[in-house]
Amino acid sequence: MSGEDNPYDLLAGEHGEDHRWAFGTGFTDPLAGVDTTVPPGVDAAALAAYCLMLGDDALIYSHRLQQWITRLPELEEETAVANIALDLLGQARMLLARAATADPSLGADEDRLALFRDEPGFRNVRLAERADADFADLVARLLVFACWRLAVFERLRGSADPVLAAIAGRGVNELAYHRDYAAQWVVRLGDGTDHSRDRMTRALAAVWPLVDELFTAHPVEHALGSVAVDPADVRAEVDAALSAVLAAAGLERPRAAPLGRVSGQSGRDGVHTEDLGYVLAELQSVARAYPDATW
Amino acid sequence: MVTGPASAWDVAAATPDPELPQLTVAELGILRSVEHAGNTVIVTITPTYSGCPAIREITADLRHRLAAGGFARVEVRTQLAPPWSSDWISAAGRRKLAQAGIAGPHPAPRRHGPTPLTLLPARRAVQCPRCGSARTVRTADFGATACKALYRCDECREPFEYVKEI
Repeated sequence: MSGEDNPYDLLAGEHGEDHRWAFGTGFTDPLAGVDTTVPPGVDAAALAAYCLMLGDDALIYSHRLQQWITRLPELEEETAVANIALDLLGQARMLLARAATADPSLGADEDRLALFRDEPGFRNVRLAERADADFADLVARLLVFACWRLAVFERLRGSADPVLAAIAGRGVNELAYHRDYAAQWVVRLGDGTDHSRDRMTRALAAVWPLVDELFTAHPVEHALGSVAVDPADVRAEVDAALSAVLAAAGLERPRAAPLGRVSGQSGRDGVHTEDLGYVLAELQSVARAYPDATW
Repeated sequence: MVTGPASAWDVAAATPDPELPQLTVAELGILRSVEHAGNTVIVTITPTYSGCPAIREITADLRHRLAAGGFARVEVRTQLAPPWSSDWISAAGRRKLAQAGIAGPHPAPRRHGPTPLTLLPARRAVQCPRCGSARTVRTADFGATACKALYRCDECREPFEYVKEI
């Protein structure tokens, strides 16, 4: 295959508006051609706020996983973690684009939302921003996150917003692979050597204080009715999945007090841990230093 | 001169997938429809995964090919629902995958409720695309792209990729 038939060769040549300098650059609107009309009766501002929450969870989590690339124990884990990060980044792009189309008063597109908001503007749960101390931490945190997000997305497939329902429908297939990847590693390490069991136990204990927040509904989630999922409704299902993994791994469920809220507020309200600032510094600094740059 | 819906489809359908260049976007099931609205050709595609980086390249390539085929006005639309399924890979697509040393996917599970948890590595009966042996082992559930898992054949000792069912 050569010349006209090879998309890589086509990249090298200029052809009008599609000229770009490398594979994967020149991003277009991930919702191009999708009907983004907000259904009648749906509060557009609340829908946008909700999409920001789910989008920020994926964006920040994806960045934390990207930081692992080149530091993982085996090549197979490099590709797995990179693919999981890419799936979440794709979910984030669509959700941020949905937020921007639902509420034009945000005055932003997905890039502005990702790269030019400050910490209090981010609505991700605090679990998403946590830095993993080691590989056991990575799989413990991913297990909790993927179990929870999968349960939420499974219900969101029936959302009264068809765009959100479609994003969730695709996400479910991806998140099932993420959850099983994390679960299989938790079992392997928990049911492994004394050393791996100790590390896995310690990792679960470190992550557990951030679990409670996942099931605490924000007023936006209540206000949206059948557009959103009340995270309290998925708690039993997520607990059952986590218990099944821990039982297979021969690990105890940690007993840890939830991480405190600040004046009753947490990630969904824009109140974060110190960790988020480090993520944003890395994620946003180039875009902010060169605000007119394109890629 | 090239006109008519069938030929616009033919031009669009011949576009190769950047990640699996042995297959066209039609054989992969990404190309959903090609329609005419006035003098505009509307091409609808469904990306395989949320983060698929190839969509931009596919869109540009579709525009380029259709323009070269005499269709000046082209609009490429994304359709998110239903999500892409590996079941949409055509019989010809599966043959080409096998010829390229990649095992084609098993039927995707059809579920509506909660997705069951899998605590052991997936035990699929995957045939080696090179020697046909069934004595294969999975080495990783994620390959060079999200849509592929890695396998090794215990008969001919060759590693190969498997397109995951999704």
